[in-house]
Amino acid sequence: MRYGAGPEVLHDIELDLEPGGFFFLTGPSGAGKSTLLKLMYLAERPTRGRITLFDRDVAALSRAQLPALRRRIGVVFQDFRLIEHLSALDNVALPLRVAGEGEGRVQDYVVDLLNWVGLADYVHALPRELSGGEQQRLAIARAVISQPSLLIADEPTGNVDDAIALRLLYLFEELNRRGTTVVIATHNQALINRFGHPVLYIDDGRLERRPGGRESA
Amino acid sequence: MARAHDLPLDRDGSVRFLPWLIALMVYLAALAIGGGAALHDAVRTWDAGLSGTLTVELPRGANGAAVPQERVDAALKQLGEIPGIAQAAQLDGPAETRLLAPWLGQDVDVSALPLPVLIDVQLKPGLALDPDTLAQRLRIVAPGTTVESHGSWLDRLFRIARLVEFGAASVVVLIGLVAVVSVIFATRTGLAIHAPVVELVHLIGASDAYVARQFQWHAFRLALGGGGIGLVMALVSFGALKWTAEEGLLPGETALLPAFHLPLAGWVAVLALPLIMALVGLVTARRTVLRTLGRMP
Repeated sequence: MRYGAGPEVLHDIELDLEPGGFFFLTGPSGAGKSTLLKLMYLAERPTRGRITLFDRDVAALSRAQLPALRRRIGVVFQDFRLIEHLSALDNVALPLRVAGEGEGRVQDYVVDLLNWVGLADYVHALPRELSGGEQQRLAIARAVISQPSLLIADEPTGNVDDAIALRLLYLFEELNRRGTTVVIATHNQALINRFGHPVLYIDDGRLERRPGGRESA
Repeated sequence: MARAHDLPLDRDGSVRFLPWLIALMVYLAALAIGGGAALHDAVRTWDAGLSGTLTVELPRGANGAAVPQERVDAALKQLGEIPGIAQAAQLDGPAETRLLAPWLGQDVDVSALPLPVLIDVQLKPGLALDPDTLAQRLRIVAPGTTVESHGSWLDRLFRIARLVEFGAASVVVLIGLVAVVSVIFATRTGLAIHAPVVELVHLIGASDAYVARQFQWHAFRLALGGGGIGLVMALVSFGALKWTAEEGLLPGETALLPAFHLPLAGWVAVLALPLIMALVGLVTARRTVLRTLGRMP
């Protein structure tokens, strides 16, 4: 994978994520984690090589076929990417509305989830009225609201305290138990060690898969 | 159903000009349609009023002497003997006063003016007379008599009216093109401004059509609002035009222009303009978004 005429950011990567697995993605800054995640959530297409997602060859998909696949992927962006003029409720509801869910179900699901992530008092708050940690929980709520088949989170615990971080990880594990494949990019070695899931370690554009439960950096 | 506010399009400063531009375009289109339709209606009215009539003119003498009454009577007698003529009557003083009032005012004494004698001839329905033949026959009893059938100047009027109608239709088409270009520009600007949010909703799983719906209904609302403003402006102008045509600009002034009358088809076209413009905005915005996003990888 390369951007324009630049150097290859990722190369010789061979990775197979088992459905229903839980993975941590870690490695030094600039190693290519974000690029790998972008390939996973279909923001980029590989300049060479092959990606198969949900048994579909991504390179062979037309533009019109991408939305249906993307709706099966929940993404927590490192910079949250909340829509500033929408309330917390509308931000979280967006994936459901995009998927054409009825408004009644949208309201019920979203309020329940906001309650679960501790934002019940901020249903109508705008993102700028929330703290960094609250925005992060909002972004996570948006990513998981549609119970995706694949959840990708880029540093989802970077702006929250340890208690909240643990609670969020338990939420991801709960989703994982229900069948969602989870990939979490993080620098938090303590979390990686605590949960003991397999680790994808990336450095200088190369990927190494390590079993969970041991020091990986 | 797409929610209209996922993209903050209402906050774009770049599209605030659009309703006013649309208002101006609807106003101009309404004037063009109204003017063309009113002219068409006026010409038809003139045609209906003048077809089946002739005007016979008996000139005054060489030194401006009045036409002798016996000559007038002889001409009227001649006309009465022609089978195709239903009625022939000399225009009297009040009728001449009415004819000249737009130019000379109501108080003019027409008996003091060196006017020829005019005879209004009504033909029997469906019949036509050759004006030259009639004039030759009348000149036997009233030398110098001329007959005006109105046909030639009505033909010229029809040609001018058709030209004006074509011009009005061209103006409407041009206005439509300008509207399309304006909406394309505004939509592309909106796409550029909101590229991060558009990318986000795509990553969340929105289709191009979902994004297009946001833009198309936004353009629809803007164009409908602007079109409404333009329509109100046009109706005010029509009212002013009608008043001017019927009442004159000064108190007591007699109308010089024909009465401004818009036929039903003209009203329908004018009143439908905001909705038509809104639909043009909707379709243009949708196609612009789909084409622009379709070029992306």
